[in-house]
Amino acid sequence: MPETVLPLLSLRDVCANYGPSRALHGVTLDVHSGELVTLVGRNGAGKTTTLKAIAGLMRDRTGSIAIGGAETIRLAPEKIARLGAAYCPEERGIFASLSVEENLLLPPVLHQSGYSADDIYQLFPRLYERRSSQGTKLSGGEQQILAIARILRTGAKLLLLDEPTEGLAPVIVDQIGDIVRILRQRGFTILLVEQNFEFASQLADRIYVVENGRVVEHFSADEARSQPDRLRAYLSV
Amino acid sequence: MLDLPAPALFGQLLLGAINGAFYALLSLGLAVIFGLLHVVNFAHGAQYALGAFCAYLLLKFAGVPYWGALILSPLIVGLLGSAFERLFLRRLYDVDNIYQLLLTFSLALIIEGTLRALFGSSGFPYENPLPGGINLGFMFMPYYRAWVVAVSIVLCVATWLVIEKTKLGSYLRAATERPDLVRTFGINVPLMVTVTYGAGAALAAFAGVLAAPIYQVNPGMGANLLIIVFAVVVIGGMGSLMGSVVAGFGLGLLEGLTKLVYPTASSTVIFVVMALVLLLRPAGLAGREVH
Ligand SMILES: Nc1ncnc2c1ncn2[C@@H]1O[C@H](COP(=O)(O)OP(=O)(O)O)[C@@H](O)[C@H]1O
Ligand SMILES: [Mg+2]
Repeated sequence: MPETVLPLLSLRDVCANYGPSRALHGVTLDVHSGELVTLVGRNGAGKTTTLKAIAGLMRDRTGSIAIGGAETIRLAPEKIARLGAAYCPEERGIFASLSVEENLLLPPVLHQSGYSADDIYQLFPRLYERRSSQGTKLSGGEQQILAIARILRTGAKLLLLDEPTEGLAPVIVDQIGDIVRILRQRGFTILLVEQNFEFASQLADRIYVVENGRVVEHFSADEARSQPDRLRAYLSV
Repeated sequence: MLDLPAPALFGQLLLGAINGAFYALLSLGLAVIFGLLHVVNFAHGAQYALGAFCAYLLLKFAGVPYWGALILSPLIVGLLGSAFERLFLRRLYDVDNIYQLLLTFSLALIIEGTLRALFGSSGFPYENPLPGGINLGFMFMPYYRAWVVAVSIVLCVATWLVIEKTKLGSYLRAATERPDLVRTFGINVPLMVTVTYGAGAALAAFAGVLAAPIYQVNPGMGANLLIIVFAVVVIGGMGSLMGSVVAGFGLGLLEGLTKLVYPTASSTVIFVVMALVLLLRPAGLAGREVH
């Protein structure tokens, strides 16, 4: 990636607090357009908080977060969405009071480039079959797929995916892996939080290791494949 | 079986339906506000009184008749409500809910106190826009009362449809569950909150205009009603729209029937039901369990 190209997402010294307690102590990272970058790290390291800070959900945040060159550190979440970022939370955030279809159609289309509902139903026929069920009646894997599909309609370019494979059966993990790979091929820029080491190192262009609210190490895809033990050491407890 | 003359029975049922219509409209507004803001709007009774006063003043000083006031008065009170949310209530979302409740309570005291200072406590009559009625054979039905019951039902059903069946309603339902996540989709939830508070206040004002020709227009008219409406909301289930509406009409009718059977109990029966519901089903008849 040539240095002269502006990263699509750029964090500099980002700090963030939950009330009085600090969760991020200066996170610095870049994600270039079209890249799939993974954040790994132990539980409580600050991965989720990093994604929430980018999405604008950490009200108490400082430093610099630029999306497509625009500074967002003071922007409200709804403004950040308009810059093309979309957030898929760890707990999936499927709404119980909405049907599957209402969940899917909830986020407004902000840029014309998004998938249509028909595209999504074709890609995920299961969602079509279950479209009038209550959103939370879907299986865990289906809810995860719905949570990802939901943000594809909006035309967002930058996807923030928080542990999409967490708690899912291996076949479904593979399926989610395929989906993420397809999205990358179609030009989405993806910042993925992932604890599943195999999953992360197979998919990612680059990997950042987060520890105690900071980025402590960086691996290219080649380094991750050639030195798996070094990377694994950061994840073992 | 009780041996009651039909006209007395239906007469009480009609009175019950009228009261029920007001309970339903007011508890619906409270439920809409509570759902999204998690604030118990103690100013609801005052906003109802303000609606009635608006209608009275519009007629007296601008010659606006009842039908115009039915539109204008909710608009005015709704805008005032939105401004109140935007300028004051919003500042308290980060602190304990009790502060928001206290703020709406103080707003109620300010509105009612001001109305009392300006217009006295005795109240004013408001002319019935639909005089007369029709003899149905088994009872006499005044046109205006039929109108109140009908328009209340229509408004409750319309509100329910908007929330359950429209896109805007899906935003509201989603924002009730996870406002933060809904914001990340690019939806301006703070604006929705402002509009929702205004809409709740407007519903109260609409009920106030409907009430003006039946009861008197006076500063305390909402305060008395609000206590019963709180009981209705508790019975229906906090935040449940359907529960509020059904409980509103149901309890109004129950009150009417009690008046026939055992008049002394009619003003307490709702609170007895409330106590029972709280003991047996604390989340209310249609409420989801709160965690
Ligand atoms: N809602 C919260 N309130 C207070 N502290 C929190 C909250 N969420 C997370 N934290 C703390 O912030 C730190 C980072 O958490 P998180 O970003 O969720 O880690 P990760 O996603 O890497 O497991 C942890 O120490 C965690 O305990
Ligand atoms: Mg996490």
